[in-house]
Formats: sequence, C-alpha cells, structure tokens
Amino acid sequence: MDFEIVIGLEVHAQLRTRTKIFCSCSTTFGDQPNSNTCPVCTGLPGALPVLNRQVVEFALRAGLATNCRINSTSVFARKNYFYPDLPKGYQISQYDLPICEHGYLEVVVDGEEKRIGITRIHMEEDAGKLVHPENMPGISYVDFNRACVPLLEIVSEPDMRSSGEAVAYLKALRDILVYLEICDGNMEEGSFRCDANVSLRPYGQREFGTRSELKNMNSFRNVQRAIDYEVRRQREILLEGGQVVQETRLWDADREITVSMRGKEEAHDYRYFPDPDLLPVEVPAAWIEKVRRQLPELPREKRERFIAAYGLPASDAEILTDSRAMADFFERTVELGGEPKMASNWMVSELLRYLNDDRISIAACPVTPEGLAALLKLMTAGTVSGKLAKQVLAIMYRERDNDPAAIVKARGLVQIDDQEELAKIVREVLAAHPGEVEKYKGGKTKVFGFLVGQVMRRTRGKANPGLVNDLLRRQLDG
Amino acid sequence: MELYARTIAEVSDLLRRQEVSAVEVTRDVLRRIAAVDGRVGAYLLVDEAGALEQAAAADRRLAAGEAVTPLTGIPLGLKDLLSTRGVATTCASKILADYVPAYDATVVARLRQAGAVFTGKLNMDEFAMGSSTENSAYQPTRNPWDPERVPGGSSGGSAAAVAADECLAALGSDTGGSIRQPASFCGVVGLKPTYGRVSRYGLVAFASSLDQIGPLTKTVTDSALLLGGIAGHDPRDSTSVPREVPDFREQLAAEIKGRRLGIPREYFVAGMDPEVRAAFDQAVAVFTGLGAEIVDLSLPHTEYAVATYYLVATAEASSNLARYDGVKYGRRAAGVDNLLEMYYRTRAEGFGPEVKRRIMLGTYALSAGYYDAYYRKAQQVRTLIRQDFEQAFSRCDLIVAPVCPTPAFRFGEKLADPLQMYLSDVLTIPVNLAGLPAISVPGGCSRAGLPIGLQLIAAPFAEASLLQAAYQFEQATDWHRRRPPLDV
Repeated sequence: MDFEIVIGLEVHAQLRTRTKIFCSCSTTFGDQPNSNTCPVCTGLPGALPVLNRQVVEFALRAGLATNCRINSTSVFARKNYFYPDLPKGYQISQYDLPICEHGYLEVVVDGEEKRIGITRIHMEEDAGKLVHPENMPGISYVDFNRACVPLLEIVSEPDMRSSGEAVAYLKALRDILVYLEICDGNMEEGSFRCDANVSLRPYGQREFGTRSELKNMNSFRNVQRAIDYEVRRQREILLEGGQVVQETRLWDADREITVSMRGKEEAHDYRYFPDPDLLPVEVPAAWIEKVRRQLPELPREKRERFIAAYGLPASDAEILTDSRAMADFFERTVELGGEPKMASNWMVSELLRYLNDDRISIAACPVTPEGLAALLKLMTAGTVSGKLAKQVLAIMYRERDNDPAAIVKARGLVQIDDQEELAKIVREVLAAHPGEVEKYKGGKTKVFGFLVGQVMRRTRGKANPGLVNDLLRRQLDG
Repeated sequence: MELYARTIAEVSDLLRRQEVSAVEVTRDVLRRIAAVDGRVGAYLLVDEAGALEQAAAADRRLAAGEAVTPLTGIPLGLKDLLSTRGVATTCASKILADYVPAYDATVVARLRQAGAVFTGKLNMDEFAMGSSTENSAYQPTRNPWDPERVPGGSSGGSAAAVAADECLAALGSDTGGSIRQPASFCGVVGLKPTYGRVSRYGLVAFASSLDQIGPLTKTVTDSALLLGGIAGHDPRDSTSVPREVPDFREQLAAEIKGRRLGIPREYFVAGMDPEVRAAFDQAVAVFTGLGAEIVDLSLPHTEYAVATYYLVATAEASSNLARYDGVKYGRRAAGVDNLLEMYYRTRAEGFGPEVKRRIMLGTYALSAGYYDAYYRKAQQVRTLIRQDFEQAFSRCDLIVAPVCPTPAFRFGEKLADPLQMYLSDVLTIPVNLAGLPAISVPGGCSRAGLPIGLQLIAAPFAEASLLQAAYQFEQATDWHRRRPPLDV
C-alpha cells in the first residue's frame, strides 16, 4: 500500500518597511539590542498601536501578485499567549478577517504546471528575540528590536504532493515577494521563514491523514529534507499499522531528523478576539486599483517575455530573471544598444562569474549596463575580438572603468586589421613550424587551430581572428 | 476663602490678574493635603517638589503673559493609571509597585503643555476594577462626607481629593461608571466624554473599548475647562476621533428651554434607594422649571447591560493585563527557578483578588468553545444597547437618570458579594457600552447628609449640550455649594 503525500506551507515574510508595523521605530537589523524600541513595541502599560499604512500597501501587493481576493475590511485580532519575547502577552495578528484570501500561484515542477492555492495572507507583528549568553547559565536576555517588525503570514492550501512541489512553490513565492520589493527573502537570516504541514493518506482517500507541523527549516534544502524525512517517518508508522500523532516537530539539521516539540494537548488556546485598540482596516477599491496598476512584472512573466522577445534560451532567461536588478541590468544593456543574445551570454558567463567569486550582488557590480553595452558594441563593430573583450571586461570590472573604448585605446588593445602586417606574421609562423605545415598538407587539418594560436600569440591576441583564418588558409592551401 | 477651596475658573482669574502666584496656590493645596489626607487617603503619591517646580514655571509664563491657558498654574491630581514620566504609576497594584514610566500619557502631556501643576497620583481600585476603591492594594480612601463610607470607585481617590479640596480638580477614568459613580458619592462633577473624544494613549488599559479619561471637578464650568484641555484627536490613539473640539466653556450659558429630556423607564431598578428616587424627581422638577420638556423613554435592553459589560470588559482585561509577567518591568516574584514558576508566582503575588477574578472570567469568556456563547453574544447585545440609545436620541436631546441606586455605602458592605457590587453600576454601564458622553452633577442629599448625583447622558460628541444642561441645573440649585464636614 502506498500513500499520497499532502503538504501545506505557512510562510512568514518579514516586510522591508522602514519603520515597524505599530510604531515608528526603525526596523534595521543588527543594531545594538533594544536600541530600536519605544513604549509601544516594548508593551509599556498604556501604550497603543497605530497601523503603518505601508504594511497594508505591501500586503496588497503580495495579495494581488498571488491572485488573492482583497477584503475591503479586515480586522486585527489579538493572539494571546505568554512568552518572554512577546512584550504584551499577545501578538497582534489577523484571524477571521484577513486582508487577502483565495489566491493561487502557478509553479512548474518537472516540466508540468501546477496551481497551488493560497488560503490567506494576513498582517501581523514579529516577536522579540531571546538571547542566552553561553557563559551565564540560567540567564536570558530579551532584545525587542525585532518586536513589532511587520510580517505577512502566507498560508497555502494543502495542495502540494511532494517535497519538490513544496520547494518549487516556496521559491516562486519568495521570488515574487523579492520582486515586489517587500521582503528580502533571506531564509538564513529569518526574513523568509517556512513551516510545513505534512500528512499522508492512502491514494484515493478523500479525508486528510493526521498531520504534523514542521518548524525550524532555514533553507530550501532543509525544507526539502525535513519533508522527505517526515514522509518516511509517517510512512513507516502507517505501514506498521500505527497512527500518526498530531504534533509540532522541529527539524534538526545536524541530525537530519525531526523531533517532537509539543503535542496536540499542549497546543495553545490563543483566545483570539478583535483588538479593541485598532480600527478595522478599510481598503477602498481605488487603493487596490492603484496598487494593481503599479505592480511590477513578476518573475514568471518576465522570464517568458525574455524568451519570446529576445530569443534567449530558457536557462539564461531563468538566470537573468533571478532578481529584478539582474533583469533590469540586462534590459538596460539591450536598451543601450547591446545585442540581446550577446548581452545575455556576457552577463551569464562572464559578469556573473566575477560577481559570484566576489560574493557581491548585481546592484553592486562595478561594470554598469552602459559599460557592458559599449563593450558589446565594440565587438559588434569588430573593433575588438571576443578574446580582447574579455580582457577589457576584466579591466573594467577591476578598475570600475566603464569606458571600454578608452581602455582599448590606452592599452593598445585594438585589433590588428592590417593585411600586410598580419600576412607577414603568418609567413613567419609557417616558416617557424614546417612540421605542422607538412601535417596540414598531409590532411591533418586539426593543426590549423594550433597555427592560428601561434599567430594570436605573436600578436598578443590582438589579431583580427577572421583575417588570420583567411590569410592562413590562403597561404597553406595556395 | 482659602485658595485650595476655590475653583479652576476662580484661581485662573486670580493668577491672570497676578493677585496670587501659582506657587502660592500650589503651596496652599499641598498644605491642605498635609492637613486632611491622613483622614481621606486620596493620594498614593504627593509630588511636592515636582508640583512646586511646575508652579514656578507657570508663574514665569504668567509673568511674561506667554502661552497662558485657563489651566496654567492650576494644581491638578491624576488617577494613578495615567502614565507620568519619571513619576511612579502603580494602578494601585502591587505588580506595578516600582514601575516608573518613561513617557507621559497624551492627556498628561497636553496638560503639561498648558502649564498645569500636578500634585500627585490618586488612589483607585486596582487597575480600575471596582466601585469603591476598596480594591486598592495600598490603602482605603474615605469618603470626605463620612469616613465610614467608601468614596465610590474606581476613581475614588480622584473624587475624594476634589471633594476634600486636595486639588482644584482631578482626572479619572470611566470604564463602567468609574468617574460618575464616585463623583456622585463625593458630591462633585464627573464627566465621562464620548469614547474617542480624549486620547487613551498612556492610560493603563482595563477594558480598551470602554475606557475613557475625564475630569472630576467642583463645578460644571471647571469640567468644561478641563475637558477642553484634554480633548482632541491624538495620532497615537487609533480610536481617538479626529473631530473639532468646541470651546465648551463659552457655550455653557445656552438656555435649555424647549429641550427634550428623556427619562428611561428601565433605570428605576428594584432596590433603588427612595432618597435617590426623591432627589431625582426633584431634579426633574428643576429642569421642568427651566423650560425643558420631559419625554418618557424605553431602553429595552438595559437589563442585559451588566452581564454584557462583565463579559466584554473582563475579556479585554484578561488580555490587557497579560503584559504584567515579571519580564520587563514591575514586580517579579523572587526565588523562582523557571519561567513558568516566574509567571505563576509573579501574577499570584502581584494581583489582588478582584483583578484575578476578572482575568479568570475574561479568559473563560474568550476560550475555545465558549467564545460564541459569551464574548460574541455580548458584542451582539452591545450593539442592541447602542441601538436603544440611537432610537432614544431621535425622541429626546438628553437623557436624565440617577447615577447609582444608592448613596455611598459603608466599607465592606458589598465587598463580600461581588455581584451586588457589580449591580450597583447598572445605571452607568450602558453609557460605556454605547460609547456616549455622560456627566454626574451634585443633585441632592440624603437625610444622613450624603451627596446624591444626577446623571445626564447625551448623543456621541454632544458634550457641549451635556455641559449646558448640567450648567443650567447647577445655576438653579445649591447642591454644588455644600462642602464636606472635614474641617469640623
């Protein structure tokens, strides 16, 4: 007997607003503990929350980009529980009236398109952070800098049927949020967190099996491995005739297992009720339309357009649309006269290698689209060969110099197009390698490449390769 | 007349004419506190140094004639749930015994800006939960009219301090009658503004959808002046309403001739003291004499108000009071060695019995499986109660009613029976559920000499109209001139 895997994901995305959701403290990450705090986000008696409008705007972007219905009225509710990082003893969240509902995402898994439903998206505040100093057992500190930082909770339908689908959904969702410029999508730093509900059921059964909720997976790889582990664990239990217990389990990345954190009996009764300190959130239709009009092109649309409009291979389009900054770099280069396929090749195979080696993002790239476009145009015009261009690009990158024509001129990197000069060098090369010439004439035309290389060497790569080919052929065959 | 015995309006005139200084007034009030508070127990903290410093600053403003307001140099008391920067704010609870706020409540900041002087922090029922101030963790406050009786609550310290001339006026808060009922018991004027008229920022929350800060004063004029000083939209309180604040004092003199006063049948509850009833009838006669028209009214859902209130208020309180966990501020139980024990013992030791009772009630009302039957149902009934008033105000301009079924009761009289205590708020609670403005003015006196208040209720944001009627009544009667027998 085999089982169908059922997975639903809950994502918490930290929003990139300048200030917190209910006060005007900075959301900056990594500042001195408790430096970005005030009476509101530390829950001092009498302090009251005031909603940051930007958070609503970001929620609308996320909702519209994931095909959700926007509720014109949504309500903040209090989720009550005790924990030292939760200063008010409740988290302000949304419960029965979230801002977005009934959306979906389309993802491609193994070449097949699949629609994953999104149940809801709601706004809430983050909690603070506990700090346990190693040299002080029994003592914990609380840093409230993160308290009240805005989050979107995005809950999927239990529509995924494999860990691969789960990861594909997660990546697609993250790309969208990053494209919308509302979340930086960093799983390791916790700005994009994921919990997974996993259950199994015999194929054909309508009812869901008992699920476990997996937490503590801080990379796509861990999500995949945790789900795979959990599926194996549940399958074993079921095959042995046992029953899966409804519980929350933590992924232990070192031991590569999930461990039980709390059972159903220990589950909290959060006693949600509408927060009387906040008015219902009203979103007029005009606001929704304005946000809709301003939505950027999303990763998937962009990828498809790059393939169709520029004739790029799917793999390159995928890489170029990995981030909005990358796609913008590409399109700007094309706009400035760079030939699209060349621009794509040079970005994917040259520029990205530099960036990856230096671990910097495209936004910080020393070569600008202007610089790259100018270089590509020099190649198209035949001023520099591809080989020279690589040298020029290296100089541009290293020296933050975006004037390739000047570099070429200053360093004498201009291609040698002089027929007589090249013919002379070709003659010298042939004279210096009589053995190779013999081989060539004997039919071993492979040595041709070697001879070209010798000419290039003598000209330090500056010879016009087309011309060298012509001259060599003429002298060898003639 | 001693300075301390005067009103805001009178002292404000004296100050502006520079016949007295704010420091003199403040010293006089501080002397009065020293002389009588041992017998009254209104103050939890007297901030002598702070008050004198603020008075000296007020005098500089008065001398320069700069930024002078009717409240410049006026000594005011604050209920101890208003956050005051650098001055302890305990909510009369042990759990906040050592809590010194880092910020001012909006009302405190506004009064500071206006040049007011703060004499100190006034006693109350712990976290404003109670109707007698007997739930203070620190001390009883005695009714200045009879030391055997309670001053009412929860703003009992505020009402007693004003009645005993221990400040020219005070701020209290009203969640289910906590300004109006003690005002009635102590013979002063207590105003609960429309929900949203005054910012709640910095008011330590009991029940957020009901709490409202308001003035306790010696006269209606002073009520108008002090309300003017604290009212208005505050961007820090999402529930405060962006609505213009009229000059309440300027409009006081408007006649009430021809206005329709509604009397709700349901407010004459079983167990109402005949003396309260008699005082009410007499007050109605005064209004008739002033040319008001009397309208018989029904507010049919009144009988559900107390039950509704004790679900909504306790539910909100159970959540509002969750922040007192010993982690960040206030009291933390000593000698605990794990988190759960810290929570349990901190809260067990820090909260008094009434607060615990309400946290448990509210927790229950919100619990899974009970929410619909209790909290949701209560919200539905609350809507019906609000609609009762909406309909009533289509037939009348103001509602007139008693404040409390009885005058001030004795210490311990209702403490043993919480339900009796809760029911004594039956005439004030509906107003909070509907978010309306209401005022309690001195409106009679029992044979034993205890004050009896008269309540006027208006439509949302009709404070001006409320104050006009109260002022006309005050001008036509002498109840507000009676002083408690403290000096004998």
